[in-house]
Amino acid sequence: MKKTKLLAAIGGLGLAVLAVFLIAADHIDAPAVAGTTSDIADLYAFEGDNPNNTVLIATLQGPLEPGNVTNNAQFDEDVLVEFNIDRTGDFVEDLVIQAIKRGDSMYFFGPVGPTQTGLSSIVETSVAPVAVKISTSADVQTATSNGMTFFAGPRRDAFFFDFNRFNMVASGSVAPEGFLPPGQADDFFDNLNVLAIVVEVPNSLLGTAPTHVAVAAGLFPPGALPNAYNVWVSTKRKQ
Amino acid sequence: MKTYKFKFLLIAICASLFVVGCSDDDDNVIEQVSCSDGIQNGDEEGVDCGGTACGPCISAFSGTFVQEDAMGRPGINTVFSSSDNIKNNFNTTIVSGRSGFTAGFEAQLEGYHDVYGTALGVDIDYEANILGLDAPTFAFVLSQTDALQVAPNGTTTYFDGTNALTGRTLSDDVIDISLTLMFGGTDGMRFDGNNGTPQLTSDGVGPGDRNFSLPFPYLETPNQ
Repeated sequence: MKKTKLLAAIGGLGLAVLAVFLIAADHIDAPAVAGTTSDIADLYAFEGDNPNNTVLIATLQGPLEPGNVTNNAQFDEDVLVEFNIDRTGDFVEDLVIQAIKRGDSMYFFGPVGPTQTGLSSIVETSVAPVAVKISTSADVQTATSNGMTFFAGPRRDAFFFDFNRFNMVASGSVAPEGFLPPGQADDFFDNLNVLAIVVEVPNSLLGTAPTHVAVAAGLFPPGALPNAYNVWVSTKRKQ
Repeated sequence: MKTYKFKFLLIAICASLFVVGCSDDDDNVIEQVSCSDGIQNGDEEGVDCGGTACGPCISAFSGTFVQEDAMGRPGINTVFSSSDNIKNNFNTTIVSGRSGFTAGFEAQLEGYHDVYGTALGVDIDYEANILGLDAPTFAFVLSQTDALQVAPNGTTTYFDGTNALTGRTLSDDVIDISLTLMFGGTDGMRFDGNNGTPQLTSDGVGPGDRNFSLPFPYLETPNQ
């Protein structure tokens, strides 16, 4: 029944159901935020050059064409960018690192336990912010405080994907071949940019990580995966 | 009457100060406005904050901010939410409250297989992937644990064949990993373009000439 319904729907839509299959990592992912200053493109989290540190990267407003579009792109003073860190395994943020633009600088607060969790936030001004001047393509600015390092500014999009071929795959127009082999495939994001916010934080400031969720959920045996925080990024607009 | 007396006193004090004036050895004079002199002066909006020279006052960060977008793992909302409305709702639902999306995600996962099966003229259903996750479990993981699992110790990777779900590096090919988890079946090679199958487990694109070995901030300068 399910399949019958789906096929009927597909017939009616002419495979349009797949046209929005996988535009990008999170770039322009939903109509309410696509093309706005709160649109998240990507989230990365990895061990820093200093193995005692974790690097958190949020990219926004992608994809940006090189040149004027990138040079004119601005962080929004009304948009609070939050790295959320769950260190108990319940997917509720126990720590946040907040970033918000004022003037020519990005102000970072935290890591700090949020006053409130969930969809609404306030800027956690009980802790002193660290400011870093927002970089330009030619002028890279970083700031360091309490073992943390900060950056905000335009960067090359690190995301790679044959987006155009994908649309053909999704529409069925290149069935049954599917994607192209290496060498023929084309990286849509190769020549595009994003606005990036980068924070490198000592793990000591994040505390103990919980049992990996895949172990906790019984999907992997105990010890198969290392303890891990659950991390996500959110953008919140001033009301 | 009382107010009058007070005013008189104040005038007297001010007058005496005026007469005394500022001697040359007065080292308490604030000759230059600064953002650390402990008083509100110049065009400061508070004590040592605001205005053209100083950092913003705490009041500049006031207000309530409400969520518009959120992201954990790459591609989740775009791939598995089947309508604009669901995509918007997913972004504005707390991570721990997304159980209502699981059934739709599973239907979407199966739907992709059905669509491609139609193109090939055969029935195709999702098969448990290389992580051993069947469709309901995969849909649960995708919808209800949508965060990057980030291990402070050990190798960071989204999936490298050995390690899994310990973060996301810049070089991780998250598209190929995602496609493999969706279409690769138990051995990861179910629809890999070989033996007459469609190529659905890799988009054929790698990082190209990107440099992922840079020091902080790790990302390259913008394309010009």
